Amino acid sequence: MDLFEHQAHDLFALHDIPTGRRRVALTPAEAAAAAAAIGGKVVIKAQVKTGGRGKAGGVRLASSPDEAAHAAERILGMDIHGHTVHSVLVTDASEIVAEYYVALLLDRAAGGFLALLSGAGGMDIESAPPELLVRAPLDIDGGLTDGLALSLCADAGLPSEVAPVLTALWRLLRAEDATLVEINPLALLADGTIRALDGKITLDDNASFRHPQHAGLAAAAPADPREAAAARKHLNYVKLDGSVGVIGNGAGLVMSTLDVVAAAGEAHGGVTPANFLDIGGGASARVMADSLEIVLADPDVTAVLVNVFGGITACDAVADGILQAYWQLTDGGGPLRAPLIVRMDGNNAEKGRRMLVAAALPGVLTAETMDGAATLAAAMARQEAP
Amino acid sequence: MAIFLTEHSRILVQGITGTEGARHTRRMVAAGSTVVAGVVPNRDGQRLDDIPIFGDVASAVAATGADVSVVFVPPRFAKAAVLEAVDASVPLTVVVTEGIPVHDSVEFVARARAAGVRIIGPNCPGLISPGQSNAGIIPADIAKRGRIGLVSKSGTLTYQLMHELRDFGFTSCVGIGGDPVAGTSHIDCLAAFEADPETDAIVLIGEIGGDAEERAAAFVRDHVTKPVVGYVAGFTAPPGRTMGHAGAIVSGSSGTAAAKKSALEAAGVAVGTTPTETAQLMRDLLAS
Repeated sequence: MDLFEHQAHDLFALHDIPTGRRRVALTPAEAAAAAAAIGGKVVIKAQVKTGGRGKAGGVRLASSPDEAAHAAERILGMDIHGHTVHSVLVTDASEIVAEYYVALLLDRAAGGFLALLSGAGGMDIESAPPELLVRAPLDIDGGLTDGLALSLCADAGLPSEVAPVLTALWRLLRAEDATLVEINPLALLADGTIRALDGKITLDDNASFRHPQHAGLAAAAPADPREAAAARKHLNYVKLDGSVGVIGNGAGLVMSTLDVVAAAGEAHGGVTPANFLDIGGGASARVMADSLEIVLADPDVTAVLVNVFGGITACDAVADGILQAYWQLTDGGGPLRAPLIVRMDGNNAEKGRRMLVAAALPGVLTAETMDGAATLAAAMARQEAP
Repeated sequence: MAIFLTEHSRILVQGITGTEGARHTRRMVAAGSTVVAGVVPNRDGQRLDDIPIFGDVASAVAATGADVSVVFVPPRFAKAAVLEAVDASVPLTVVVTEGIPVHDSVEFVARARAAGVRIIGPNCPGLISPGQSNAGIIPADIAKRGRIGLVSKSGTLTYQLMHELRDFGFTSCVGIGGDPVAGTSHIDCLAAFEADPETDAIVLIGEIGGDAEERAAAFVRDHVTKPVVGYVAGFTAPPGRTMGHAGAIVSGSSGTAAAKKSALEAAGVAVGTTPTETAQLMRDLLAS
């Protein structure tokens, strides 16, 4: 889970990393009140989980509460790279002497954590010249000690005052189960103090069981309503832009199904998948009914492709689940809202297919191969399109 | 031969009395694997069917000579369980559990490296050497023993390719798992298949996220003489979204399926656009 900037600031403050005075505002009036409470010059910053917001006009200076309200009015509701701005962060403007970059992140290739430091803060770090970037792998047990922090600062040409920020960042990373903590820029101010001016934090969703306090952070992020409904039913669903609903078992197979549908769709007017939905190991009637319900609730869906490899759950059991789900959703009556194409392979695939064919449900088709099923689904989706 | 797991492997199962642990233990036994012990704290002296249960890994190893552990312990307790196996010097630990915090994985992978033992997973289906042994949850009856080696991040894509190439058969199929940090990489498996005299050709399956496939491509170019065919899933995955597997995410411009495919192709790997086409590439290759 990626945090909003203001949530990152809150975690920085909690772990003794210096931050500015700040408040979140949802309306221009709240922004004016925040500016009045903070006093002096303030910065109004769009809260979106994407980069490039300064260039997009999502960051403005204000010298008075009136100006703050005006700035917030211009920023709230903006679309920044597909993200709508629902809130702004109002924070005190500071006189900056120097800007640095510090980050700790998971290095997947190395299977461990890595520190990144640079004297060239405030810029897109991917475009920073490599010679200005210090990289250091961190030992998970040894961690980031005071001595290591000081030597990393020296290597990167940062003042020694940054070292305590680095050790605090490490404590934050470990305590909160973060996979990325980044301060960019970390500023040296005219009064000689160090302050985190902007930050990014990514928390590990797998660790949420030991961080009940993180639940509120996720709640602050508005999710797609269908994704929220799927999450409540413990289904792994991602909404996409196309018209073929996809249900399958196993993340890799479902991703592959999306690709095969998109490729087949090229011959059918550019039909693409409407969603990713991984039902995992089993394929009970209940899971199948829940999945079909969520996929069919998407008005963009004009055909549904069910792609299952029967491993431990044999295909006859999957077919049985599909039949039961069908009766459940149609109340024993007419066809589903969109045609359903089923492809099964693996354990008892032939038996499963025969069961579906014998049931002769209106609007339910079977296909022998994954590629054939995708072509059929793409053709049906286009035919059914409004 | 096979890689990592052979007919001589002696398997212990951590979490053997849980629903999944018991179920898959019975499947492993039915597939002909030698399961010599279970480990469950506080269940020392009990049995699952004929399999003796011990309270800790060290006792189980001492009593039975187990050299492979398969872990079905829930995420909350998985780190302690895996560290126990590593500290008991079990040469191979297969971590099936999905949903382990990545900080925990970093800890046990680091400990395993220091101890010189292998971890496969976490969040993986395990590995099978058909006709010899099965450690994990891969269905044993998909394909017979043969001369293809397979390594994959995805369980069901492993099953799909095994199914498509079942008439050729496999030496070993290794599901390395879909988490961002894994104990065993594509490269580890490629190196082992290259060294295995019974493996003639290799299937490499990847997916979006990270750069493991790009690094694997470089390894193939420099160190693998056996033919390799590849498949990559996730061309249509939107950036910034996690696609089922915790590690399956395109971050900015990195980790895309297109980049992985072109890296593999540049290294001489024939890459299929669908699983079926990938299987066909392998058929053509073995026929020629």
